[in-house]
Amino acid sequence: MFLHIDFYIFAAIAILAAFKVVTTRYPVQGVLSLVVTFFAMAGIWMTLRAEFLSLILILVYVGAVMTLFLFVVMMLSVKVEARRKGFVHYLPFGILIVLLLVAMTMVAIGGGHFGLTQMPAPPDLPADYSNIAHLGEVLYTHYAYPFEIAGVLLLAAIIAAITLTHRGPRHRKVQQVNKQVAVKRADSVRLVKMPAEKKT
Amino acid sequence: MISLTEYLIVASLLFGLGVAGIILNRKNIIVILMSLELILLAVNTNFVAFSYFLHNITGQIFVFFLLTVAASEAAIGLAILVVMYRRDGSIEVEKLDTLKG
Repeated sequence: MFLHIDFYIFAAIAILAAFKVVTTRYPVQGVLSLVVTFFAMAGIWMTLRAEFLSLILILVYVGAVMTLFLFVVMMLSVKVEARRKGFVHYLPFGILIVLLLVAMTMVAIGGGHFGLTQMPAPPDLPADYSNIAHLGEVLYTHYAYPFEIAGVLLLAAIIAAITLTHRGPRHRKVQQVNKQVAVKRADSVRLVKMPAEKKT
Repeated sequence: MISLTEYLIVASLLFGLGVAGIILNRKNIIVILMSLELILLAVNTNFVAFSYFLHNITGQIFVFFLLTVAASEAAIGLAILVVMYRRDGSIEVEKLDTLKG
């Protein structure tokens, strides 16, 4: 019962914050609302006994990815005015599509298909059950190879992000000693012959 | 007990909000990237819920890999965004017509 109330509080917070993400005018508010959504969903994942993933969601998503978003939002100066131009124009279309999508999903996942009778809740886990140990056992045996590939993927992402944004040293104003030493007289001095001016 | 339907409904609402964000937003690419994160979060919630109700840890493993992919996607997406801002001075969706598609 207590778990149920918990679930509904977290769900309400998540949905409201997600709504704010979509409709807000200011990107910084959007990022912060997304952080709230992630926290609430981490709580919901906790009720699903996925403790490790729930904490990873907070550490990796809120701690790393959302901080990255916040940095980028703060670095770029996004003009707030005139941002709403297309909003009203696409509103009916968007609402129609989303309502259709959500309604069809609701029909498919309604209580008749995935209710407690069809999908009974699993029995309570023993007190010494460790989600991390269970996850690690499977991850490092059956999924060792995909795990390595995930590491390579992250490395590729790091390299891609750095190469994209790295500007290189060519924008710095540094003395280039070799060029300075190699300067010849002819490079900078030019003798010009001019007729002398007449005195008037 | 909380039934699977309730988890799926929360996830589908999040998914719908994410799709709405992508459709309604014509100005700011950052908001589109955030809507993408919302959609991924909804999908991950579905995976975790099914993993719990089917007694199968594989769903959680899959979420683990999805988080990896989503993190690298966000990093590269933001890097592209920064490069674009340096080049054009704006990140508006409507100005992305270099390829004339």
